[in-house]
Amino acid sequence: MSDFNVRSDSVNVEEIMEQIRSRIRDKRGVDYTEQQIRELAAVKLEKFLDPRGVRSDLLEQFRKAQPAYNPPELPNYSFEDQTIYDSTRAPLRWVRKLLNPLLKLFFNPNPLIQALNIQSRLNTMYGEREARREATRRAFDQLQYELMHNLVIETTRMSIEVKNLKMRVESLASRLEFNERRARALESVVVYKPSAGDDRQPAPPAPPATFVPREPPARPQYVAPQGGPRPAVAGGSEAGSTRPPASSAPPVPAQGPPGEGPGQRSRRRRRRRGRRGGRPAAAIMGQPGAPQSQESSSEAAGETPAASSPASHETSSTERSTQNPAAPSDPPTSQDQ
Amino acid sequence: MKLAVVVQRYGQAISGGAELHARYIAEHLARHAEVEVLTTCASDYVTWRNELPDGVDRVNGIAVRRFPVRHERDPLEFGKRSEHVFHERHSLGDELDWLDAEGPTSPALVDYVGKHASDFDFSIFFSYRYYHAYFGVRAAGSRAVLVPTAERDSAIGLSIFKPIFGGVRALMYNSPEERAMIQALAGNRDVPGVVVGIGSEVPQNPQPNRFRQKFNIRGPFAVYVGRIDENKGCKELFEFFQTYLRESPGRLTLVLIGNTLLPVPSHPRIRHLGFLSDADKFDALAASDLLVMPSYFESLSMVALEAWALGKPVLANGKCDVLKGQCIRSNGGLYYEGADEFIATLSSLERNRWVSASLGRNGRQFYHEHYDWPVIERKYLDMLDRLSKETSTRVPDPLPGWMDRRRQDRAPGAEVVAALPSGPVTQSERSPVVSRPQTSQPPVMNGKDHRGSGRPPQRPPHRPRHGGPARTGGR
Repeated sequence: MSDFNVRSDSVNVEEIMEQIRSRIRDKRGVDYTEQQIRELAAVKLEKFLDPRGVRSDLLEQFRKAQPAYNPPELPNYSFEDQTIYDSTRAPLRWVRKLLNPLLKLFFNPNPLIQALNIQSRLNTMYGEREARREATRRAFDQLQYELMHNLVIETTRMSIEVKNLKMRVESLASRLEFNERRARALESVVVYKPSAGDDRQPAPPAPPATFVPREPPARPQYVAPQGGPRPAVAGGSEAGSTRPPASSAPPVPAQGPPGEGPGQRSRRRRRRRGRRGGRPAAAIMGQPGAPQSQESSSEAAGETPAASSPASHETSSTERSTQNPAAPSDPPTSQDQ
Repeated sequence: MKLAVVVQRYGQAISGGAELHARYIAEHLARHAEVEVLTTCASDYVTWRNELPDGVDRVNGIAVRRFPVRHERDPLEFGKRSEHVFHERHSLGDELDWLDAEGPTSPALVDYVGKHASDFDFSIFFSYRYYHAYFGVRAAGSRAVLVPTAERDSAIGLSIFKPIFGGVRALMYNSPEERAMIQALAGNRDVPGVVVGIGSEVPQNPQPNRFRQKFNIRGPFAVYVGRIDENKGCKELFEFFQTYLRESPGRLTLVLIGNTLLPVPSHPRIRHLGFLSDADKFDALAASDLLVMPSYFESLSMVALEAWALGKPVLANGKCDVLKGQCIRSNGGLYYEGADEFIATLSSLERNRWVSASLGRNGRQFYHEHYDWPVIERKYLDMLDRLSKETSTRVPDPLPGWMDRRRQDRAPGAEVVAALPSGPVTQSERSPVVSRPQTSQPPVMNGKDHRGSGRPPQRPPHRPRHGGPARTGGR
């Protein structure tokens, strides 16, 4: 967590706390409660669905608009074989029954009675089926609305989570960058110290012009890389080289090979550091799309590292040399603020 | 002027908050008046067992008169009664039974206070919640002055204490938050009261290097001083600090000083040193980068004042109104209310040396303005002087009759406390000032009234004290 800005001479605790809290909010986002997420979801619904007249509190409105379903009482009748002769008055019923043979002389009422009876049963069945269907449809509608409502809430929650995760990724990236810089700063303070064996190494002959891939240096036994057209390096790595056996070479002075100037060793060391620190972590990790370092591109072109761009190496080492050795314990300004 | 200091325990080796408070006050007032301490024979606040001989003794030149305790505390009984009065509807009789179970039940002490009240100009009672204070204030009548040392716990919600807060001659508060809470509870704004607090015997030349060498501590560290207990917020502190160790590149070590009732996490950057002498404690404070105070309930944090006296910033639990209020009023510390804030504030104090030093300077100034001994003594003397010039017949209301004591009409203590307004008091009081009879204006509080606000109190659930080694209601 970075620090805060205090402008005046006298500190104000409440102001500092407000700044700290706002930084926390910026960094990690806000931890919403379930209620807040629901409110946010409601706001979003309003925002997007109001043009169509859909309320934000979808489910509540739906329930309010549609009260509990009660199947309607559909008009129906019952029709049996005696229905047409039926009456509340018993003498009338007796007279109708008495005259029934006479009625049958004019037409046959039985098919009529049968048809009406069937129709009445059909009406009942239809009413029941319709009521069941309506109840199912309403239940399904409610389910759909509920599902939609939950989807909106979950979408809101996910969007907040995505935002938080984005912030966390940013935070991790900045921390990774800080650690990289810290590692580089630590490397820059490592001093090359030649071992006793290095002093006894003979001066090798000039290596061939072909470039030999350099192994990553291991500390503290620092191994000098193979040079290109430059003068040979005393105590250089034997790996991959084609130089003759050490016994056949004359002894080498402790100060370096003959003909080497007093500043050449330190310049070479700076170049090596420059090369070592030049590649970003993403390139080292083989991240697709990461920019290739200058060294690797020059290697690919068949150039020697020394010949690639000494000026740029000098610049980077100069920059590094101006860094405070206490940098690892002192975070960069961007972290501070 | 002749004064009686009445406290539950008293002695050189007794380091409880309110007891130490009483001893310091007695010793400092003894320079200006004749002081006699009235206390019990108990030295253990869990059992109140009679361990010291009764009669007159002298401690640091102060006459101490001890009285036996009639019965020891039964932890089970006390726990059961606490549960009842704090969380269920109950009667006044239940509250009195709770008080009796809490102890230290010393009728001899109360009798002496009643019979010899006129021998003293004033009797200063410490810790409102104990038997000696409740019955002693009634026995002393209009000569009783109370130092409540009240915290925001369920005990203060019991109805028996309202007449006490309203019936004493004066109240010497530890903090503006305590005053606001008691005034909201008892409506006793007409009772003279002043926020005094307490000073500390801070050495002039603490030796930080001696501490580092003695305990082999290197690098920056935050120190916690006090009992390592869940009720003190230490469990939360451990969680937060372990998160800090995982997530922050900071280099702070947590140094714990005090007896532990909790397992301390095993980590090379969490060091538990146990109980230390005062000299080592002050050396540790002087060597530290900051003091951490994770407690939820405090009426006054003496160790925070000591850290400020030594120019160290304090990182306090923002859920404790008193600590938060002290940090805001002093501009001497930061506070946290969650893991994120803990890490952020700790890292800020660690990295931003200028702010850290400024907070420490402010804290030191705050201590010297409000809690230096001359200021404390002056506040006491001014208040006593003023009371001696006034005539007052204010005494606590008499206890209700037999029937009324058995009426189940008292609200649970926890419920009453939850309804009290909370939040730190942000307005600082100039010092030294002896307050006049309080006007009807309540102090400005940052928080809200819980009643009707719907704000859930952001506190851990109250853990009733079942007579175990919990807080005694001291500072």
